[in-house]
Amino acid sequence: MSATPRDKRMTVDEVVAQLRDGMTIGIGGWGPRRKPMALVRAILRSDLTDLTIVSWGGADVGLLVRAGKVRRLVYAFVSLDSVPLEPNFQRARQAGTIPEVVELDEGMFQTGLRAAAQRLPFLPMRAGLGSDVLVHNPDIATVTSPYADPETGVQEELVAVPALRLDVALVHLNRADRHGNATYLGPDPYFDDLFAMAADRTYLSVEQVVDTAGLTVDTPVQRLLLSRMLVTGVVETPNGAHFTTCTPDYERDEPFQKAYAAAAAASDEDWAAFEERFLSGDEAAYQRAVRAFHEEQA
Amino acid sequence: MSEQATRADVCAAAIADAFRDDGELFASPMGLLPMLGVRLAKLTSNPDLVISDGESLFLAGVPPLFAKGVVVEGWIPFRKVFDVVAHGRRHVMMGATQVDRHGNQNISAIGDFDRPRRQLLGSRGAPGNTVNNRTSYWVPKHSPRVFVEQVDVVSGVGPARAREAGPAAARFNDIHRVVSNLAVLDVRGEGDTLRVLSLHPGVGADEVREATGFDLDVPADVVTTREPTLEELVIIREVLDPKGLRFKEVPA
Repeated sequence: MSATPRDKRMTVDEVVAQLRDGMTIGIGGWGPRRKPMALVRAILRSDLTDLTIVSWGGADVGLLVRAGKVRRLVYAFVSLDSVPLEPNFQRARQAGTIPEVVELDEGMFQTGLRAAAQRLPFLPMRAGLGSDVLVHNPDIATVTSPYADPETGVQEELVAVPALRLDVALVHLNRADRHGNATYLGPDPYFDDLFAMAADRTYLSVEQVVDTAGLTVDTPVQRLLLSRMLVTGVVETPNGAHFTTCTPDYERDEPFQKAYAAAAAASDEDWAAFEERFLSGDEAAYQRAVRAFHEEQA
Repeated sequence: MSEQATRADVCAAAIADAFRDDGELFASPMGLLPMLGVRLAKLTSNPDLVISDGESLFLAGVPPLFAKGVVVEGWIPFRKVFDVVAHGRRHVMMGATQVDRHGNQNISAIGDFDRPRRQLLGSRGAPGNTVNNRTSYWVPKHSPRVFVEQVDVVSGVGPARAREAGPAAARFNDIHRVVSNLAVLDVRGEGDTLRVLSLHPGVGADEVREATGFDLDVPADVVTTREPTLEELVIIREVLDPKGLRFKEVPA
């Protein structure tokens, strides 16, 4: 009998095999930073469709909407930072090919995840009041405080941000053990632990799988962001956040991002050529194609 | 060094002035000129300002634009920014693709939201900022396309909309300044509408009216935006922006 917790290692394709049409999938990271891109690419290769995607959006959103995988998109922004507007997202919005969009304020987005993580139907906040976020999302209700303000006597009417329940969260961190305990080594945890708590199941991709003891041998314990009790599967995918950042393992691949954005903003033929070159094979083929791309650039 | 301030220098000083009376709070600039102006304020009128690297660190020093390797005084990852927003000890200066007569701002989409003519970033933090903490806007190109009668999508909430939405929305709504390449404005005009506080040196009232897509209140006795002091010019040119990055946003 094993005296250690379960070994949860799997492949990206094994993760995607556990996803279903119509699922609500939260994608961790933030904009063009530490996105679980290898998992996103695996979804692109699959037959999955009709997805609800919940994301601080970057190229993950752009790629999935361009591929027609998304029925409903929940976001507060979609950006590549050095390329401010995500061209695939922009194109899809302007062509009306995302059937349902839920554009929230960023703080509302976090609050919705918090409500889900706390198994609450909603949490109150001010954000959204007076803005078109409430106009364009008429299903988002307000709630009257049961408590009068001690000074004014007013019972404030606040936004009741509905819980953003996720079937699955996909996140990418720097290191994990085989059981799903994981650390981020960059400057910002983003919201990956919150995504995990808002989800029924979390699949984690990492740069490197190490022994449990190795997680804290050179890293403060405060950097342990995810506990294995929140993690269903662990995938080792070196360079798996490419072309987003995975600080300090690597920074954003700006030349590649530029090529991506140019292809996305160009003709259908240009995009098809980009897809054929980079996205038609498996993850190993993708990484080979990226290396070849950089050899050409050099 | 020429003592003649460029328009970009004037804008930097005007932005700095928007933060001068804030005391000790998180000054959160979006974009290059706001970052320059906030750092200028910290080096001159308001050394108590708390500034960040725009990502996850509070900076103890005041580094040149996009410089790295300074002393860090705190940690402000994205998740903690929203705590500060709700707490209120923050003054954000955001961009605005559109601003209307009533000080509503749009960074979401141009045209009909359901099928936009042009999709922009998304509402980002604008709805929350404007009902929680002090908010200013920076417009590098004052034009009738930016200053419109009515924004297509209300991301940032102006005072009238906040009032209509009730006490919870109006309580902390504080649209402080709109700084453009032509003028400094606020929202204390008639019925809480945009009005001109000062015109930048060399800018006439008619020029600003023509560059604005609605009837703009320019008081007859409107003053000229102050010129940066020699000290400020030295700081801008030799310390904060020696490469002249500001001229990409506001050409000299």
